[in-house]
Amino acid sequence: MEETNNIPQIENNSGGTTEENVIVIKHLKKTFGTKEVLSDINMVLRKGENLVILGKSGTGKSVTIKCMVGLIQQDSGELKVFDQDINAMPEKEVKELRKRIGFLFQSSALYDSMTVRENLEFPLKRILAIKDKSELDEKVAEILKSVSLPDTADKMPSELSGGMRKRIGLARTLIVKPEIMLYDEPTTGLDPITSKEISELILTVQKDYGISSVIITHDIACARITANRVLVMSEGKFIAEGTIEEIENSADPMIKSFFK
Amino acid sequence: MSETTTNPITAIFEEAGNQAIFMGRFLKSIFRLDFEWEEFIRQCYMIGYKSFPLVAITGFVVGFVITLQSEPTMKEFGAESFIPSMVAISIIREICPVVIALICSGKIASGIGAELGSMQVTEQIDAMDVSGANPMQFLVVTRILACIIMVPLLTIMADAIGLVGGFGGINLSQDVSATLFFNKAFQALKFGDLLPAVIKTIFFGFAIGFIGCYKGYNSNRGTESVGIAANSAVVSASLWIIVIDAIAAQITIALGY
Repeated sequence: MEETNNIPQIENNSGGTTEENVIVIKHLKKTFGTKEVLSDINMVLRKGENLVILGKSGTGKSVTIKCMVGLIQQDSGELKVFDQDINAMPEKEVKELRKRIGFLFQSSALYDSMTVRENLEFPLKRILAIKDKSELDEKVAEILKSVSLPDTADKMPSELSGGMRKRIGLARTLIVKPEIMLYDEPTTGLDPITSKEISELILTVQKDYGISSVIITHDIACARITANRVLVMSEGKFIAEGTIEEIENSADPMIKSFFK
Repeated sequence: MSETTTNPITAIFEEAGNQAIFMGRFLKSIFRLDFEWEEFIRQCYMIGYKSFPLVAITGFVVGFVITLQSEPTMKEFGAESFIPSMVAISIIREICPVVIALICSGKIASGIGAELGSMQVTEQIDAMDVSGANPMQFLVVTRILACIIMVPLLTIMADAIGLVGGFGGINLSQDVSATLFFNKAFQALKFGDLLPAVIKTIFFGFAIGFIGCYKGYNSNRGTESVGIAANSAVVSASLWIIVIDAIAAQITIALGY
């Protein structure tokens, strides 16, 4: 296994967008005020893979995935999703592109004035323009079953536990069948058993839906279960890349500190 | 909004610029085919129906107190018979529109500011944005339009209840029939008294909705931001109401109403 201070494999892969690469990022930089959050981000997300980005809090992981959906605009560098430059697109096309990307927020971001059913119907009505009541009911029942929460449709988000909220948040994203999933700290704040269940659900999503995913976490257990490939982030750039086993066996003291 | 400006002059211009941009986004979002009717009706219910008890009590007390306070002076001048007319004109032209708008800025603008601020903190607005939905359309347009419609309606209802309050107030010391009181009140009123008052409440409603949404939508990440958004929404909306009222008074006088 090789760990390096640069990332030659990423540099090689980011040379051009291929059919296999759904997201390509080259030399991405972002500064807030005087603080440089992303100093030089280079990465690709390959079709169908689970890419885990490991890093301590405040290293720029969340900023990186928020750039991927255009919630935050980078200062410089290239960011292509499905071979389209999200920052150079008109708003209408950005909205269209976002329909192909799912985003599970750290806080689950369920709409707390709506029931679980209304949360799930929200993207169905607006993205897929489904108005038929029976079709809506059918899709809601189907997705709730797939996240193992079939009896929660009429509950309010405040009545759900942290793990259940994550599942419903995931269900709301998956209900429109995105091609890319971005997970922002999916297991943060959950107990180890629920964390494991959520991690296994992410794996199931990858297998059942064939979705390409970026999973941002500092939870090693989650990374072990979900990762096909791991990037380690520190101070706004990636410092290592490999399989979870390669990263775990790294001699680099900074990387080793994750696994203590 | 993400970066703080230390120079107060620059901060004022920056705030004005941000409000202008937000206004532009609001206007752009109004003229879309996919109007959120369901949410708009829900907001009308939340803003209008839920505020009605507070507005009704306020309207009644305003009419009641004005009558009680003005009665000794009117009696001194032998003008007691003008009390219904004076109460009606003062309530409908000025007092109820401004008092109800200020009450609404306290209840509605702070409510909207806190709700949207909380949605911003918990990433619900970002979730709407990345899902391909339009949060401006769903959250902002519906709330501002609901305020534009419901604040004038609430004011008209408060006007009517205020007259009832005035009738109650005058009957504490005198025996005046409802027919006499309301005949006197309505005889003194002209269409020109009602129209400018209603038109200005439309602007009051817009100010309440717009400021509430702007402060909430642009609040920072952090729980204290929710309180700041709610508080600054009330302060800014109240200031806007006073400024709009002053401008409306000048226009009304210039037009001869």
